[in-house]
Amino acid sequence: MKAVYSLAMSSKVSSLPETPEQVASTLRDAQYLADDSTALIAFLAQRLGKPVLVEGPAGVGKTELAKALSRSTGRELVRLQCYEGLDEAKALYEWNYRKQLLQIQASASTSPEGDSDSQVDMGEIFTEDFLLERPLMRAIANPEPVVLLIDEIDKTDQEFEAMLLELLSDFQITIPEMGRIEARTHPIVLLTSNNSRELTEALKRRCLYLWLDYPSSEREIEIVRLHAPEIDEALAARLVEVIDMIRELDLKKAPSIAESIDWARTLILMGAKDIDSKVFRESLSIIIKHRTDLELVAERIVPRLGRSGETPPENSKNGST
Amino acid sequence: MAAAAGNSGHDSTPGMTRQILDFCEDLRGEGVAIGTSEIQDAFRALEIVPWTAQVDFKESLATTVAKSPRDREIFELVFDRHFFRATELAALEFKDESESARQIQIQEAGEDAGPIDTEALAQAIREAIEAGDESAMNDLARLAIEAFGQQGESSGVVGVDLQRIRRGLGLTANDGAGEPGEQQRQPLDRDQLARFERQLRRELQRGQIQRQEKLPPARPLSELNRALPMRGAQDLAAVHKAVSQMKRRLATLGHDPRGAKRGRTVDMRRTMRSSLQTGGVPLNLAYRPRRPRKPEIYVLCDVSTSVSSAATFFLSVLHALHDSFRKLRSFVFIERISEVTHVFQEERDFREMAERITSEGGVADVSGYTDYGRVWREFLEDVSSDLGPRSTVIVLGDARTNGRPPADDLFAKVAQRANRTFWLNPEPELYWNYGDSVMNAYIPHCDGAFECWQTEHLETFVDIVAAGRPSLQRPTVRKSGHRF
Repeated sequence: MKAVYSLAMSSKVSSLPETPEQVASTLRDAQYLADDSTALIAFLAQRLGKPVLVEGPAGVGKTELAKALSRSTGRELVRLQCYEGLDEAKALYEWNYRKQLLQIQASASTSPEGDSDSQVDMGEIFTEDFLLERPLMRAIANPEPVVLLIDEIDKTDQEFEAMLLELLSDFQITIPEMGRIEARTHPIVLLTSNNSRELTEALKRRCLYLWLDYPSSEREIEIVRLHAPEIDEALAARLVEVIDMIRELDLKKAPSIAESIDWARTLILMGAKDIDSKVFRESLSIIIKHRTDLELVAERIVPRLGRSGETPPENSKNGST
Repeated sequence: MAAAAGNSGHDSTPGMTRQILDFCEDLRGEGVAIGTSEIQDAFRALEIVPWTAQVDFKESLATTVAKSPRDREIFELVFDRHFFRATELAALEFKDESESARQIQIQEAGEDAGPIDTEALAQAIREAIEAGDESAMNDLARLAIEAFGQQGESSGVVGVDLQRIRRGLGLTANDGAGEPGEQQRQPLDRDQLARFERQLRRELQRGQIQRQEKLPPARPLSELNRALPMRGAQDLAAVHKAVSQMKRRLATLGHDPRGAKRGRTVDMRRTMRSSLQTGGVPLNLAYRPRRPRKPEIYVLCDVSTSVSSAATFFLSVLHALHDSFRKLRSFVFIERISEVTHVFQEERDFREMAERITSEGGVADVSGYTDYGRVWREFLEDVSSDLGPRSTVIVLGDARTNGRPPADDLFAKVAQRANRTFWLNPEPELYWNYGDSVMNAYIPHCDGAFECWQTEHLETFVDIVAAGRPSLQRPTVRKSGHRF
């Protein structure tokens, strides 16, 4: 059943999606398999013009979602990577002081009269020509609509969050010397967080919320096969099964989706037909990146593989190390 | 909130707007903070998503009002409760029309097959569960209730009936030792089985409501309240979360007021920038912000019997701390103190870690009673030379000395060497200083002392420490006293 959607927003951009299913299919074309709620929220974000706060464990495709959105909508991706100590000079805008200085000197040398003229210059050097655009500014000042990704917002401090509020709710930036700069186009804004600290209520209130978790086995098999098409179905299923087992352990860093894909590609290169303990040991470092985790996985997972694998266990022991 | 849930039905405007407002009110009653702007967002979202599509409706509502995993959890529960009750109330009102239709449907199904074949039914249910077909599951759930009702096995208690039906149909999840039975039955996925059970439960409740012709009282979700994680690993996640917040805050804390002007470097870029306002003459120097320094943390944890219930909690706190901090040394103590940093580094599994600490700690000497005096003395002797202006000492203990001298002068020395000292007490503040508790002897030397018997308290501790309340600032005399 195709429902009729009322046009709640009139926007300059004509290519707003009509249904969540449409978003899902364009995302699929951009090599991203979105589940129903992800597609729905991506759809709502575009139609309502609201930023989306994406949370979830590391490596479930939060950043990838933004990239895929940019590919599927044909918009440029503007990315702001957050870190501790990030300030507005690096995120919003900065005055190009070299250029300003040169301007002052230039005007001073052409009109050696003195003070009265340089007073006039002061106003002139605080214009858009002397502004260095940083990612946030670039996102809203861009004549073409963009996808703005504010990555790992939880790494910054609360003051920075507060600074974002004006941008997120009204899509405008206030520069004391110049006044208000309003967005020419409506960007799609995604904020990602690894949940390492609680974000402020004020920020959350302005966003739609999307919790991304590790995908179900079926979906992950699809994802792996989409990105490593040469892998055969049985091996992909086996791979995801093993990954699921590993994720259930209490590891320092559980394997991400990207690592599943890397592993699949590795297995293709190795020409592996099945994941037995020999293959597993040889390619383990692709998915496990911590020494203590390596030991734990070797201890818990490898025996299970030996039993169910096709190669006899003695054989695989000789082969490894 | 109870009022909102109560009048959700009898309101004369049974529109969706009313329902959603009531629902949000219900959520607020369960502690989810929803702002008016968020409700507006929800309505805007529902304008462009048809609320007839059930999944889309629910997800749109969730994304606009539930903004954390915990809120989402509550949302799911309240959503089921609220809309289930709303539809039931409506059903009671229009009982004649809709219910008779349903009765006929079920009777027809019953008459066709005579007594319902349990084996065939179980097979159909299995297929539906595996296919994940919600509406088929719903129909089959009703059929199953009917089938067992025919056998006269309805007890009238939802939970009992549920178990009986489940057993009767031979539905088992795949977690237990799957006995390779008669026909190699495919074990069912546990989540999917749970979905079917939810359907069953709902239908049973519906039947009960029909019989009694009234709604059961709305149950508040009291069990959601986060209690002290006694059960170790289960609630580790909550502790880990609180601690990872603590990490960030401790890392950026308490170093701005002192010596703020010393050793700062000039930020050329910003100086030049601001110099333009004075015509290119750098009148005001801009400084680089100071890098947050890495704190060194010393955690002392009491593991004696008087705090044994809290010890698990404390160990999980320690466990989480070790995940977050590189420079962390942890000690456990009863009569004497023992460093257990290496155990945490080697052992990832919480239970094994706890076992190793009890077996290798070697902290009980003769009596097994806590001896704070001796603990401070040993800590001073072994470790205190490492303490410095970057160190934070956190003590987890109940300050019950069993009548032995508290040796607060030694503790004062520890506190003086360290930059900051915090005490987390597993007892409610009401019990402090009663009996053999000598909390008061230690409090003056701490930057803060807190009760801590719930994960919430841990969060409060983090909040207070982060806010840097003036009451927590130590007298400056002591600070400057040891710095030079």
